[in-house]
Amino acid sequence: MTQPYRLAQGGRIDRNQTLSFQFDGRTYQGHRGDTLASALLANGVRLVGRSFKYHRPRGIFTAGPEEPNALVELRTGARREPNSRATVVELFDGLETASQNRWPSLAFDLSAINGLFSRFLPAGFYYKTFMWPPAFWEKVYEPMIRRMAGLGHAAREPDPDAYEHTHAHCDVLVVGSGAAGLAAARAAGDTGARVMLLEQDFEIGGGLLLDPRHDGWRNETIAALAAMPEVRILPRTTAFGYYDHNVLGAIERVSDHLPVPPAHGVRQRYWVVRARQVVLATGAIERLIAFPGNDRPGVMLATAAETYVRRYGVVPGRNAVLFTNNDAAYATVYALRDAGSAVPAIIDVRATSLAADAARGAGFTVWTGAEVIGVTGTHALRGVQVRWRQDGRITSVPADLLCVSGGLNPSVNLASMTRAPLTWSADLATFVPGTPIQAERSAGAARGVYGIAKAARDGTTAGTAAAQASGHSRSAEFTLPDDDAAAISPIQAVWEVKAKGKSFVDLQNDTTADDMRLAHREGYSHVEHAKRYTTHGMATDQGKTGGLVGSAVLAQARGEPIETVGVPTFRPYVTPVAIGVLAGREVGQHYKSKRRTAMHDWHERAGAVFLETGLWLRPLYYTKTNETGWDPILREARAVRRSGGICDVSTLGKIDVQGRDAATFLDRLYINTFSTLPVGRARYGVMLREDGMVFDDGTTSRLGEHHFLMTTTTANAAAVLEHMEYHAQVTWPGLDVQFCSVSDQWAQIAVAGPNARKTLVTCVEGLDLGNEAFPFMAVADARIAGCPVRVFRVSYSGELAYEVATPAGYGERVWSALLEAGKAFDIIPYGLEAMGVMRVEKGHVAGPELTGQTTARDLGLERLMKKKGDFIGRVNATRPGLLAADRATLVGIQAVDASFERRLRGGAHIVTRRESKQSLGWVASVTRSVDLERWIGLALVRGGPERIGQRMFATSPLHNEVVEVEITSPHHVDPENRRVRT
Amino acid sequence: MHLITCPWCGTRDQAEFTYRGDATLTRPDPASANAPEAFFEFSYQRTNPMGWHSEWWHHTGGCRQWVKVVRNTLTHEIAATGAAHDVLKVPAR
Repeated sequence: MTQPYRLAQGGRIDRNQTLSFQFDGRTYQGHRGDTLASALLANGVRLVGRSFKYHRPRGIFTAGPEEPNALVELRTGARREPNSRATVVELFDGLETASQNRWPSLAFDLSAINGLFSRFLPAGFYYKTFMWPPAFWEKVYEPMIRRMAGLGHAAREPDPDAYEHTHAHCDVLVVGSGAAGLAAARAAGDTGARVMLLEQDFEIGGGLLLDPRHDGWRNETIAALAAMPEVRILPRTTAFGYYDHNVLGAIERVSDHLPVPPAHGVRQRYWVVRARQVVLATGAIERLIAFPGNDRPGVMLATAAETYVRRYGVVPGRNAVLFTNNDAAYATVYALRDAGSAVPAIIDVRATSLAADAARGAGFTVWTGAEVIGVTGTHALRGVQVRWRQDGRITSVPADLLCVSGGLNPSVNLASMTRAPLTWSADLATFVPGTPIQAERSAGAARGVYGIAKAARDGTTAGTAAAQASGHSRSAEFTLPDDDAAAISPIQAVWEVKAKGKSFVDLQNDTTADDMRLAHREGYSHVEHAKRYTTHGMATDQGKTGGLVGSAVLAQARGEPIETVGVPTFRPYVTPVAIGVLAGREVGQHYKSKRRTAMHDWHERAGAVFLETGLWLRPLYYTKTNETGWDPILREARAVRRSGGICDVSTLGKIDVQGRDAATFLDRLYINTFSTLPVGRARYGVMLREDGMVFDDGTTSRLGEHHFLMTTTTANAAAVLEHMEYHAQVTWPGLDVQFCSVSDQWAQIAVAGPNARKTLVTCVEGLDLGNEAFPFMAVADARIAGCPVRVFRVSYSGELAYEVATPAGYGERVWSALLEAGKAFDIIPYGLEAMGVMRVEKGHVAGPELTGQTTARDLGLERLMKKKGDFIGRVNATRPGLLAADRATLVGIQAVDASFERRLRGGAHIVTRRESKQSLGWVASVTRSVDLERWIGLALVRGGPERIGQRMFATSPLHNEVVEVEITSPHHVDPENRRVRT
Repeated sequence: MHLITCPWCGTRDQAEFTYRGDATLTRPDPASANAPEAFFEFSYQRTNPMGWHSEWWHHTGGCRQWVKVVRNTLTHEIAATGAAHDVLKVPAR
């Protein structure tokens, strides 16, 4: 029940609320206000993970989102989440966690043997070692590497939680709620600007949280902001990316601090914020120093140790040594001594410093001009080896905690994503944001202005300027924190201590300083190449603690200044993002919307099996009991050929075209002519793309002198409309033509079969359907069951057929009336499959033939092409390659075997001999033919028409199938087109 | 996430638009003597400029007009937008 490293008092945790949690099966206690990391440290848990490549034991290294080591699996079952940084996981009662990347156990990991073979595992080893034989990669090497190097394990079950997306607009967006961010929000809010303040932590305050003396100002500022109606504060919200035109993406972790999200609540929320002005008060992150053993459990960043003491009331070590190159890090030793820890030595690389003098005055032992060259202890730190820089003298000091500070790096990720350049600051030995490009400014530590009071002042300036730039200039007056910062000595840039052993520049990827030098020797000298060769700066922490150190080592190897070498490009995401929140509500049924036709409910009641085509749900066939496989399809197709059937064809694209130049426009859109079409008639049309390939086909009816109704294929409805809009607006703006989609406004029903006319005559009012009065391709208005309809005498099935269109609201009524009228002839509803059977039999081209690589000539539609006048695609369709004699052209194929025994397949190749590998073309569409009682199809075959009558083979080596076929005309059924004109 | 000012609807989010491409091209005269070459160029040849570029954006989720947009392909700044046959000033660099 005890937490041996918890202080009796101090910090921001609530000791009255004790929370139980598990780590690797053991139960521990923490308090409300803890992170998983602080609670583990309070319980003395030092070893929390194994490294990625060498499986070295690792401990908690930081106290924030930059953590490279302490990656754990959270929760179990469907909510298991791997690679979670323990340093940002808010503790709750019942949290179950586990370490990763170890087997059989964390303390005894067999793969740690990799460490002994490390000279065989240098940077880029997987490019070199696992090359041969090539076949081994997939079966042997990759699974082995995955097992050895894998991080955590994702949940196997579907994510049970809900996520959502929210869009927001504001005048001033402030990222970060430390002294600079709070002051910026206050300054902007006071002007009346709409302000959003995002904070990744669960507590507002950033660096203010480390010192209770700042509580007054912090609380007062938060209260003032909360009272402003135009200010919104979002804790637990990480701005992960900065995009064009001042859009930022952010993730709000709404319920991650709860065991499960509340009923009907979301786990996380994805914010898209468009801001007029942005203030980046993202603070700074301490960087490591590369020295041998700088990855051992017990080595920790100095600010992290200070944070554990001051914010969480936890001592991360009882015997602490500090290794620093700057004054700011000295705050840590004061915090540790206040917490009762011994501080046997402070190791400062600088020969002298104000902070060292002050510390000596306060009774600390300070070894100036010294550096750490190694540590002892594997699973826990036991001692630190120190070398004086001037004379090389070596000593060692026992310690269970080594605090390291290589200086601070401003968190410039977001600023850099705006493409603003980074500027090298020699004074601070780091990069700071340069001149902004987008409407943003950095403030406080994010631009190298350190110290609470200075940062707050800087934030005020930034917030005021941002509000002003967004059009809000009311002046504001409020107090700032007191300035009690002492004078400081400058930092001395030290990146690496050269000594024997592995000095890591990237703890998460096990990248050493030697790896960076190797990358340079092997030609990967550009910082982007070195990153990819060594994996330095990749994975969940994106090199936040060691990125600049790696660049510095590379710069040294190249013999160039670090500002020339630079750092790899910063990209989203700043910290890892759960993929579920990116999907938001767009999952399952919400992933894409569904379009249902006016008769959908009827189809459902009739037992239709539906097919999704694009967004549409279309009846595939209607099942009856005891039917299997092709049974319902063939039954429906036979019924249509024998008597009649009706089919829902509402999904066809329909475009109403009007205007004095409507006919001219259609003439230019289609390869054939519409200006000569009489009113009350329809015509089949084919349109090309400008490159000469077939784009779409369909029938177009002339409803009046200046009024046409086009139909498009279901798949191309939207694309054809956009194509028309482009040419009407851009290519021929002078034409008087207007058009719009009426696809959803009309339900459309095909009535097909020898009894189609008899069926219609029974129910149609106000129209003479006699063959002379209403011939093939006629169009007229009429009424069915009191509903207005348009009747088109067009045929897709090859039978005597009509299409009946009615305003969508009447769809089901007209559908039922047609079925009722056809009862005497046993007509039935038929679906997409039966329609497909009949269109292949008839030789009509559809999607499988209109591939975007077939010309009108390839498809036997050349005769439609008008001889005179412009149309889209005309010129390019005459390119020599498209007129070549050996192009594959459309033919029919029929299985020689008059049965359904040996199936044909789409995609099979046409060859002359059974075993031939010389393809003459391919099979596009196949079906069982109800007319011919065998497999038939449509194919594109070189020299097609000349081969009609020849015996060939359709071969599908994938299925090990060869079927003997005869090349035929594409029109398997009624080639003279008699039926449609009966 | 660009903000594009549609001449008809006002300033709207990029999500409402569909990109097409180069707006500096004019469809050649199919009756001209060099029509095959001209159409080949028109259909296939594209420059890939770094910097300012005139482009077609279709206001698909709005008024369905084709909007001409002068956009910097490097910085994604938008200098001007207009109707299909507006002549827009393209910044020097």
